[in-house]
Amino acid sequence: MTSLGKPIAHESACDHVTGSALYTDDLAGRFPGLLHAHPVTAPHAHARVVALDPSAALAEPGVVRVLGPADVPGENQIGPARPDEPLFPSEVMFHGQAVAWVLAESEESARRGAAAVRVDYQPLPATLDLEAAIAAEQFLTDPLRLQRGDAAAGLERAPHRLTGELFVGGQEHFYLETQSAIAHLDEQGRVFVHSSTQHPSETQEIVARVLGLRKHDVTVQCLRMGGAFGGKEVQANAWAAVAALGARLTGRPTRVRLSRAHDTTLTGKRHPVLGRFEVGFDAQGTLLALRMQLFADGGWCLDLSEPIVYRALFHSDNAYRIRDVELVGRVVRTHKTSMTAFRGFGGPQGMIMIEEIVDRVARTLGIEPHQVRERNFYREGDCTPYGQVVRDPDRMPRIWGELTASCDYFERRRQIAEHNSRAPHAKRGLAITPVKFGISFTTAFFNQGGALVLVYADGSVQVNHGGTEMGQGLHTKMLQVAAHTLGVPMAAVRMMPTQTDKVPNTSATAASSGADLNGAALKVACETLRARLAEVAAPELGAAPDELVFDEGRVFARSRPERALTFSHVAHQAHFQRVPLLATGYYRTPGIQFDKVTGTGKPFHYFAYGAAATEVEVDGFTGMYSVRRVDILHDVGDSLSPLVDRGQIEGGFVQGLGWLTLEELVWNADGRLATENASTYKLPGLGECPPIFNVALLGRASEPDVVYGSKAVGEPPFMLAISAREALRDAVAAFGAGAAGVVELASPATPEAVFWAVERVRRSGSKA
Amino acid sequence: MPGLRSLNLTLNGDLVQVAAPEHWTLLEVLRYSLGLTGSKQGCDKGDCGACTVLMDGEPVLACLTLAAAAEGKQIVTIEGLAPLHKRAGGSGVDPVQDAFDRSGALQCGFCQPGMILSAKALLDKNPKPTRDEIKQALSGNLCRCTGYTQILEAVEVAAAEARGEVPPGPRWRRFEG
Repeated sequence: MTSLGKPIAHESACDHVTGSALYTDDLAGRFPGLLHAHPVTAPHAHARVVALDPSAALAEPGVVRVLGPADVPGENQIGPARPDEPLFPSEVMFHGQAVAWVLAESEESARRGAAAVRVDYQPLPATLDLEAAIAAEQFLTDPLRLQRGDAAAGLERAPHRLTGELFVGGQEHFYLETQSAIAHLDEQGRVFVHSSTQHPSETQEIVARVLGLRKHDVTVQCLRMGGAFGGKEVQANAWAAVAALGARLTGRPTRVRLSRAHDTTLTGKRHPVLGRFEVGFDAQGTLLALRMQLFADGGWCLDLSEPIVYRALFHSDNAYRIRDVELVGRVVRTHKTSMTAFRGFGGPQGMIMIEEIVDRVARTLGIEPHQVRERNFYREGDCTPYGQVVRDPDRMPRIWGELTASCDYFERRRQIAEHNSRAPHAKRGLAITPVKFGISFTTAFFNQGGALVLVYADGSVQVNHGGTEMGQGLHTKMLQVAAHTLGVPMAAVRMMPTQTDKVPNTSATAASSGADLNGAALKVACETLRARLAEVAAPELGAAPDELVFDEGRVFARSRPERALTFSHVAHQAHFQRVPLLATGYYRTPGIQFDKVTGTGKPFHYFAYGAAATEVEVDGFTGMYSVRRVDILHDVGDSLSPLVDRGQIEGGFVQGLGWLTLEELVWNADGRLATENASTYKLPGLGECPPIFNVALLGRASEPDVVYGSKAVGEPPFMLAISAREALRDAVAAFGAGAAGVVELASPATPEAVFWAVERVRRSGSKA
Repeated sequence: MPGLRSLNLTLNGDLVQVAAPEHWTLLEVLRYSLGLTGSKQGCDKGDCGACTVLMDGEPVLACLTLAAAAEGKQIVTIEGLAPLHKRAGGSGVDPVQDAFDRSGALQCGFCQPGMILSAKALLDKNPKPTRDEIKQALSGNLCRCTGYTQILEAVEVAAAEARGEVPPGPRWRRFEG
């Protein structure tokens, strides 16, 4: 009867389709006297702020105040990991950085005011190019290392060796709701912030730091977000801090809503990464040794770049065993906006490197890449390069085998070869690639979750947990977990807005961990309450408490289901008998740790697996291509909510497809982001939606030690899109003459990049 | 500061009079003067479609439409769909809304009002659209979450049900092999 594991609609679907679901900026009309904030942005990628004169701005009608560094009562510092991010900088570090904020009665007045603020800059030399920054040794971290075995000796011994490099571009989040915050002073004169943030506790911390307050003086609420994808994990904090500062200084509610152009120029993106590798292998394509350096463009400050590069290193093996490995990661400082978390958190950049390597090995040897991938999968007893035993190593070959059969891989390869032999100017390609993705925050202490559940005497329930809803369906899953565990209908449970005064010290809703951490905590709280209610109901039912069943609002003894009490009645009785009807739940992921010094440990609770097969067709005249068909088999354990999980898989794949094939960030020579809106930055649209898109969830995949046997699903499917990149390469190769050899393809593989790849293959007269 | 203009709008079937700066867009008037926040501001310049409303039955981008240009036209926003459906004798929400609700055609929901109104405009004119026609009609609406398949399915469900046909089943399964 329970809804757990059933394909139900998103918990806010009804509000969404009627337009009544509220996002942060939709609240603006509820605050009389609201002030609007507008940034004063710098026209240099690197410069010293010599003087800042607000007088002309203050003379503009409607302008109330100009905020600068002297106005900060606490610390002028919002860096989450390292104090390297002044809220009001004296040195401009990227083009478009905000050096001051204007508060005014209307958005227009604030904009006019911002244009009138006079700032004198002393321009300084800027480093925009990643390779130039590497050559100049501009690094934000020491080398981050993982190693196992002896890479140098392994490479020496290997019968074949190959060196190469690959640059993969970054990616703009382009959540449809831009960054926004509204702050006001609450009924006690304390600061209350509505923020579109994935991490209300950190937003609270940063606001308190900037205002010079303690955390209990600041409350942060996140109703929901219009998408986030990592872009609001730490980078929501600045706007909340500006709004809170405005409210604190003026006593009036203050709103920040970034325009799209400000959002894309002020906020971080997925890290562009340059990989340089040397791989050793045998004649069958068995990977023997790998030495690789990953250089991530971190932009101007550290942000989350260190754990992001670690995660890139942790996924540089993907699903493949390599005996001797040495991986080194560096975060490079450039004068660009600070790169940040984005779905996969570095994992995709690591994974694409090894898939590139496997493909180069296969084409160098003239073996099918499919075979080389399959040959190198982890086996029983294998360890990753960081020393974690790969549990369930048979999971990947099982998915691989089932997908290869269900997508009719070999027959379609035959058909494609036949098609390609007849069509000189339109070649098709097909590729299947695996994903093995580690689940947990790699910083161990983040792996905790909390919940607060309130049962009212009429049997209705309020649920609070530390996670935020950004569209991923977390609240839907949490309602299912709570309703199932308490044994009440979903309609009896109300999900409360995420607020820091309900669950303290929460972790970001990130790393795909929202349902794992908060769900486990919520289950504990609901079990506590159910056990107390069972004690209350047992005498009335003439049964022992542990014999009772709680099911969809009915409470009965297992042996006598016909005689039931209502949940409401039991709750009422409990209140009468002075039994507490509130409970907290807490969960910490067991057994995870990682030692940065040795580069070893068990950073992940488990791995999520999947595979995708993608077929494309490439036009040889233009490089234009289309995705013809996608088949995915993905492992979500016992799905808590299959409709939600399917949405994560399809949406993740298409977002990955955007990263790998369409979305190209361009900065001009001055360091200005030239792709600041969807007219110049090509996002996947309906036209890119694969016409055949078969998605299946792996059966018999219950995950022990995770809430109700489920698995995290937010990030892993993103990397299934690597199959599209490899399918494009397969099609590009078909334009050649058939000789063995590496087929180079830039990333993103835009039609232009594909065109040049086809040209190279044709000119060299070789085919991989 | 520019002056205010008194606007007479036919909004969701009702006559509405509102004073707003004369250069304001329809989206600004909806969101800031009338408190109708269902129409979303995603890109500020007509790239994303989140602000789509119906003007005389045609989908238009409210962020690029001067409010003054909307006078004398029938404007329908996401908030009006269910009331107009009820006024026409229906029950519950508009069938297009209902299909989006049931089909998992939304995640964060921010693109949803625009998607639904573009779909509504299509289905009012073409009750049996092909998949390509749906793609064409909704091509001005960006979604960053879903990957679009469930949105396409929602439109197909709404179209099939309006014709009294059984909608096509979802193209996915749990693999028990």
